[in-house]
Amino acid sequence: MARISLQNLRHSYLDDPQTEDDWALKRMDMEWSDGGAYALLGPSGCGKTTLLSIISGLLTPTEGRILFDGEDVSDIPPDQRNIAQVFQFPVVYDTMTVYDNLAFPLRNRGMAEAEVDGKVREIAAMLDLEDMLKKRASGLTADSKQKISLGRGLVRSDVNAILFDEPLTVIDPHLKWILRSKLKELHQSVGTTMIYVTHDQTEALTFADQVVVMHEGTVVQIGTPVDLFERPKHTFVGHFIGSPGMNVLPCTLEGAMPYFDGVPVPTEYPAPGNGDAERLEIGVRPEFVSFAEDGIPVEIVRLSDAGHYQIVDLRHGEHLIKLLAPEGAALPSESAYIRFDPAHTRIYADGWMMG
Amino acid sequence: MTNKTAYPKAWLFVLPVVALVAFNALIPLMTVVNYSVQETFGNNVFFWEGVKWFEQVLNSERFHASLLRQLAFTGIILAIEIPLGIAIALTMPTRGFWASVCLVLMALPLLIPWNVVGAMWNIFALPEIGLLGQIINGMGFDYNFTQQPIAAWFTTILMDVWHWTSLVVLLAYAGLRSIPDAYYQAAKIDGASGWAVFRYIQLPKMKRVLTIAILLRFMDSFMIYTEPFVLTGGGPGNATTFLSIDLVKIALGQFDLGPAAAMSLIYFLIVLLLSWVFYTLMMRTEEQ
Repeated sequence: MARISLQNLRHSYLDDPQTEDDWALKRMDMEWSDGGAYALLGPSGCGKTTLLSIISGLLTPTEGRILFDGEDVSDIPPDQRNIAQVFQFPVVYDTMTVYDNLAFPLRNRGMAEAEVDGKVREIAAMLDLEDMLKKRASGLTADSKQKISLGRGLVRSDVNAILFDEPLTVIDPHLKWILRSKLKELHQSVGTTMIYVTHDQTEALTFADQVVVMHEGTVVQIGTPVDLFERPKHTFVGHFIGSPGMNVLPCTLEGAMPYFDGVPVPTEYPAPGNGDAERLEIGVRPEFVSFAEDGIPVEIVRLSDAGHYQIVDLRHGEHLIKLLAPEGAALPSESAYIRFDPAHTRIYADGWMMG
Repeated sequence: MTNKTAYPKAWLFVLPVVALVAFNALIPLMTVVNYSVQETFGNNVFFWEGVKWFEQVLNSERFHASLLRQLAFTGIILAIEIPLGIAIALTMPTRGFWASVCLVLMALPLLIPWNVVGAMWNIFALPEIGLLGQIINGMGFDYNFTQQPIAAWFTTILMDVWHWTSLVVLLAYAGLRSIPDAYYQAAKIDGASGWAVFRYIQLPKMKRVLTIAILLRFMDSFMIYTEPFVLTGGGPGNATTFLSIDLVKIALGQFDLGPAAAMSLIYFLIVLLLSWVFYTLMMRTEEQ
C-alpha cells in the first residue's frame, strides 16, 4: 500500500509537442493518500487512461515524476512497481485453470507452492470463485473473468495500488451492481489504494471517496461526490455530473449582483468582481430551479417523466433551462416564472467557479 | 423452428451445386474407383479383379519406400517450417512502414508458380554454375544434388522451407496481431517472463491459425509433386521419389492403370486420415 504523488507530471504521445493541445495530459500535481478509493472520471479521450498507464508504469511520462511513498518510481517497470491492474476487457490466461490464473503472479515471483495455495484459496473465497477453481478460465462468463483478473491483483500482498480501467464495460447491467458493491466491499476489507477509471458517473460516485474529474487532459476538480454535485468548480463538472446536468446561463454583473437577461439572480456566493473574465455564467442544477410567482419568465417546452421525478424543459428566449419537479407535482400550463435557489447558484468566470 | 415445411422444389435450387460437385469430384473419383477394381488392356475392355490391386499396392516394397520417404519429408518440413514461421512472425515489426515491407517480402515466395520454384532452385543449386552450389562447394563440402541422395534431400527441404515458411509466418502473424495489448500489459504487471508470455498468451491465441497452418502444410507437402519433379525428377535413383511422383510413374510411365488407381485411393485415404488425426488432436484440448 502506498501514497501516490504525481509531481509536475505532463505527457504527450508526440515526439515533439509544440502547442498546449499536443499534450494528452497537461501539467498536474496530485497527492493520493494511502488506502483511498479514487475514481478518475471524464469523457472518452480526456486523458484518464493515459494517467492510469503512467501510474502503472506502462507509459513513461514525458515530464515529471511519480512517487510511491516518497520514492521515485518514474523509471521503474510495471512488474517492479507492485501495482495490479484490471483492464476494460477481462484478461485471463485461457489455457490455465482459475486456480493457476490466480497463482500465476505469485509463481512468477518465485513464491513457495504451499504459500501460493493458501493465498489463492483466501482470495478465491473473497471473490466467490471457490467452486470454479478447477475449471479452465476460457469458458467462464465475463464477470467471472473480470473477478479473476482482479484476483490476480489481490493475491499479491505487496501491491501498492489496484488500478481499474473501466472494468465493468463488458459486464451485463444486472451484474454490474453486484460487482460494483463487491469492489466497494473489497476496498473496505483489504484497504489497498484503488484507482478506478470510468466515464460512468454512477460508477464513479458509488465507488469512490474522492472523484477526480478530468477534461481535455486537465484535472478540473477533485472532491467527494457531494462536492462535485453541490460545488462544481467548473461548468464542465456541472454538465458532466448529474442527470440532467447543470444549467449554465450567460450573465452580467452589476456590482455583486448577477443578472440573467436583465433579471437579477440572487446568490449567496457573490462575485468579488468580474476579474478579467471574457465569459461570465451562472450555474444552477435543475434540482434547485423552481416555479415562482415572479422571476425569470419561461415557456414550457417539454415534459419527460423519469420515474420518481419529472424533467421539465423550459425556454427563455434562446436559452434552454431544465427544472426537476417531484412526481405528480402540479405544473403551470404554458408560461411561468422560475427562480433559482440562491444557496446553490454560482457564478463562473471563463468556466471556473468564482468566490 | 420446430415446424418444418416440406418444400420439394427446394431441390431445384441445390441442383446446380450438386451437378457441379458431381462433375468435378464425384465422377472423376468414381472413374478411379472403377479402374482400381478392374484390369484393362485398352479398347474399353475390362476384367473384374476385386481387391487384387489394393493388395498388390499395400504389399509392394516400392509403395512402402515412397510412403516412408513421404512421411519423412513431411515430418521434416513441418518440424522446420512451423517453429521457424512462428519465430519469424514473433520478430516481425508490429506496425508502421517496415511491417508492410516485411509482409510483402514474406508473401513473395508464395506468388511464384511451383514449377518456377523448382527450376529456380535447380539452377541455383547446380554445383558448377549455381550460386548456392558454388558457395557450398566453396566452403569445402562436396555437394552435388544430382548425384548424392543426402544433397538432394537437403536441397528439396531447403526449397520447400523457402517456398512455404511464409505461409506459416503470415498466419502466425495474423494470430499475433489479434491479441489485445491488455494481455501483454497484464502479463507485464503479473511479472511474466518472455517465455511465459509466449507459452500462456501468444501460443494459445495462435492455436487456431496454427491448426490451419499445420493442416495446410501437411496436406500440401504430403501431395508435393511439381517442385521435386522439376528439381530432382525423383532422383538420384529413387531418393526423392515421393508418393505423387511414384504415382505418376506408375500411371503414366508404366501405364498400370489398375494399380495406379488403387494407389490413388489409398493415398487419398491416408491424407484424409492423417488430416483428421491432426485436427482432432489439436482441437481436443479446446473442448476440455
